[in-house]
Amino acid sequence: MTELLSCRSVSKAFGGIQALSDIGFSIHEGEIYGLIGPNGAGKTTLFNVLTGIYTPDRGSIVFEGTQLAGLKPNLIVRRGIARTFQNIRLFPNLSALENVMIGRHVRTKAGVLGAIFRNSATRDEEADIEARALSLLEFVGLRERANQAAGNLAYGDQRRLEIARAMATEPRLLALDEPAAGMNASETQSLRALLGDVRARGITLLLIEHDVRLVMGVCDRLLVLDHGEKIAEGAPVAIQNDPRVIEAYLGAPAAA
Amino acid sequence: MKANVQSKGNALLPAWRNRPLGVALVVLALLALPFVLAGAGTAWVRITNLAILFVLLSLGLNIVVGFAGLLDLGYIAFYAVGAYVYALLASPHFGIHWPFWAILPIGALVAALFGVLLGAPTLKLRGDYLAIVTLGFGEIVRIFLNNLGSPVNITNGPRGINRIDPVTIGDLNFARTDSFFGLAFSGPVKYYYLLLAMLVVVIFINLRLQNSRIGRAWEAVREDEIAARAMGIDTTRIKLLAFAMGASFGGVAGGMFSAMQGFISPESFVLVESVMVLAMVVLGGMGNIWGVILGALLLSFLPPILRFTVQPLQEYFFGRMLVEPEVIRMLIFGFALVLVMGFRPGGLWPAAVRKRSFSGSGGGAHD
Amino acid sequence: MDIFIQQLVNGITLGAVYAVVALGYTMVYGIIQLINFAHGELVMIGAMVAFTLIGLLTSLGVPGLPAVVLATLCAMLVCALLGYAMERMAYRPLRGAPRLAPLISAIGVSIILQHLALLVWSRNPLAFPQVVKTESYALGGAAVTNIQIGILAISIFMMGGLAWLVYRTRLGTAMRATSQNPQMAALLGVDANRVIAVTFIIGAALAAVAGVMVGSYYGIAQYTMGSALGLKAFCAAVLGGIGNIPGAMLGGILLGVVEALGAGYIGDLTDNVFGSNYQDVFAFLVLIVVLVFRPSGLLGERIGDRA
Repeated sequence: MTELLSCRSVSKAFGGIQALSDIGFSIHEGEIYGLIGPNGAGKTTLFNVLTGIYTPDRGSIVFEGTQLAGLKPNLIVRRGIARTFQNIRLFPNLSALENVMIGRHVRTKAGVLGAIFRNSATRDEEADIEARALSLLEFVGLRERANQAAGNLAYGDQRRLEIARAMATEPRLLALDEPAAGMNASETQSLRALLGDVRARGITLLLIEHDVRLVMGVCDRLLVLDHGEKIAEGAPVAIQNDPRVIEAYLGAPAAA
Repeated sequence: MKANVQSKGNALLPAWRNRPLGVALVVLALLALPFVLAGAGTAWVRITNLAILFVLLSLGLNIVVGFAGLLDLGYIAFYAVGAYVYALLASPHFGIHWPFWAILPIGALVAALFGVLLGAPTLKLRGDYLAIVTLGFGEIVRIFLNNLGSPVNITNGPRGINRIDPVTIGDLNFARTDSFFGLAFSGPVKYYYLLLAMLVVVIFINLRLQNSRIGRAWEAVREDEIAARAMGIDTTRIKLLAFAMGASFGGVAGGMFSAMQGFISPESFVLVESVMVLAMVVLGGMGNIWGVILGALLLSFLPPILRFTVQPLQEYFFGRMLVEPEVIRMLIFGFALVLVMGFRPGGLWPAAVRKRSFSGSGGGAHD
Repeated sequence: MDIFIQQLVNGITLGAVYAVVALGYTMVYGIIQLINFAHGELVMIGAMVAFTLIGLLTSLGVPGLPAVVLATLCAMLVCALLGYAMERMAYRPLRGAPRLAPLISAIGVSIILQHLALLVWSRNPLAFPQVVKTESYALGGAAVTNIQIGILAISIFMMGGLAWLVYRTRLGTAMRATSQNPQMAALLGVDANRVIAVTFIIGAALAAVAGVMVGSYYGIAQYTMGSALGLKAFCAAVLGGIGNIPGAMLGGILLGVVEALGAGYIGDLTDNVFGSNYQDVFAFLVLIVVLVFRPSGLLGERIGDRA
């Protein structure tokens, strides 16, 4: 398997607190990679470092052969990493369709003059943006909700919309921050199916998740963080039996 | 890709298509308006012209505040820049007399340049800092206009610039009265038609911008800047673009103001004017072009209406004027801002969720 | 050299007033991240109320100094009430609304207060009643008036009192807790609404005193005096680090000095191309420079993107 993303000795401190120390791992193309750990383990920090919200103090992040450390978030999206947010961040007053259309921003190029004169290139681009956005809405099962304000959608639908919006940026790697948070059992079940469909489209997935059952069931490999350090990496079965992981989760790996 | 999309959501005013008669009536009314108003006195034509100017300004500010969600409290500075560019390039002050169609774009460009100069260092900051910096910028521009009369006389200081050239197109002089088809077209009436034409262009540009990749990026920044960045939008650049676009509209409106008034001074570009334009945008409905137009018209016609009602009423009831119309106007602005924010944050005519029509959907096919 | 010391003295005096006003901005900002545009108008109303009352009291035969003290106390009360009212009516309903909303509301409040003042006191400036005789003392080649000394003393006293309140009392602890982490403070039993209201009241009372000081310094008070002063004080707050109380004090004094020295020397520095009529530009230039190079201000911590 080819490596899509590889991190080497990534560290990040806030004030005196070492949020990440010397983290190294790699994500292979086509897999679903899970990132777990107890609260305060540094999962979200790592996530923010990968997506460019924070700059790492040290270390390298290589994605498809290019160095990402220090790039601004918008450039990282351009390189092919998209993300969702733990506490859903949609554009609430815009329609679901327009939310996804905004995801196309980075792959399109019409400027002010194109907008005003709407030449044929711009018209084609707009039609393409709308068509792709619609088909992505269809993909996550929200086509019927295309014209509703994103803020008015049901909770589970908002999560799906966020995934569709991120996919509109044509990512190679899609990073999901606790996509199952706040979902009930049946919503989680259908999310799981959706993740499989996303992977089937050739998109590699990085998943931060609290729902250990979901993680164990859906991920190919896992990275476990605790107190900003990597304590284990490997297949779910191996992780489940790793004594350090069990210790970190206070001996109750399946109930966290 | 099975969605057979027709980009009708992009169409300019789809609703108009269904009502050709209504549209024709509105156009006819707008064309006949100055002659009706002239019957009540040329003053009303002038008032209407100023109102259209403020609609232009509000639409410019709406790009910044309504679309991109950036609070600009010094917007009138760009109006001032446009006005002075026109005045300096078309008056005896420097003895330069360029034609208006050459100066207006220059004014727009210079204003946009000022917008970029101001925005570049500050747009990275949080929105409320921007508010205060723009407020300060507005004051700085006014202070400079007031003081650049010496030692090198650039702006003629507080005395302002006089005898600014009116708009002329070929032999058509907008300061004189001409007659066509047996109808007398006075200067203000001609300006009315010119402004109306500009208004149509500006509305068109605004609608096009709003329904474009750029417009969506602006709205994304307004809705959630962090999410916008996560969508790959270079938020600093896109905000700067909004700032520059808004400023250029202000510059054009300023140029027209110079030409119409024939005289400008720093007095016309005080903080209160910035607040007034903001009040128009907020009251009408931030982000909704039609709402903003409504707000601008309401608040533009407020002062003359107050002047014609409040004064006589007070004199009738109290024998003298207790409260000046100007004070009442400002109080109305103030309360409008507070009350709209408290009870109707979307304004009188709030921006609605834009619905797009596409074939095969269950959704409605109206805008 | 004399000019230098003289301008320094003038700058420190004016800076002390900026500092007191800046405290009001910084306290409110620290606690609810709102730029209270109407704060400058409270300074103006404080000055107007006090001037009116001083005139009234002295005409009733009350001697000078007690009249000033009594009038200032009344002005503080009026402003405190206004501060409370604006918080309750214009800002509290907007908690949780988009960030733009309270800012716009604040501008509205500012306009309302300014024009209500115009209605009450007319456009004409009020002259400071000559109840305290101005005396001048020589200080190393510069002149210092008793008014300047009084302004400085009162400012220091108020800043000290506020520092004591914020860092040494239960109320102050609640204020600091709320500004750091409102949810946590609420969990620990702090009534956030009460703390915010008290913050507004304290800031408004300080503004009233500042109004009396600045009015007596210039000798007049007018309904328009608040906005420019408020803006400068805000710049001072940002210079020191907004939300930071010692920062507001430092920023105020610094801005006063920069402004006074700038006004004194700009003519020489620029070969008289720019004169002292550009004085009002300095505050904004300082503001823009600070925001570009050190947005957190001199004493501020890094401001996170709390969007």
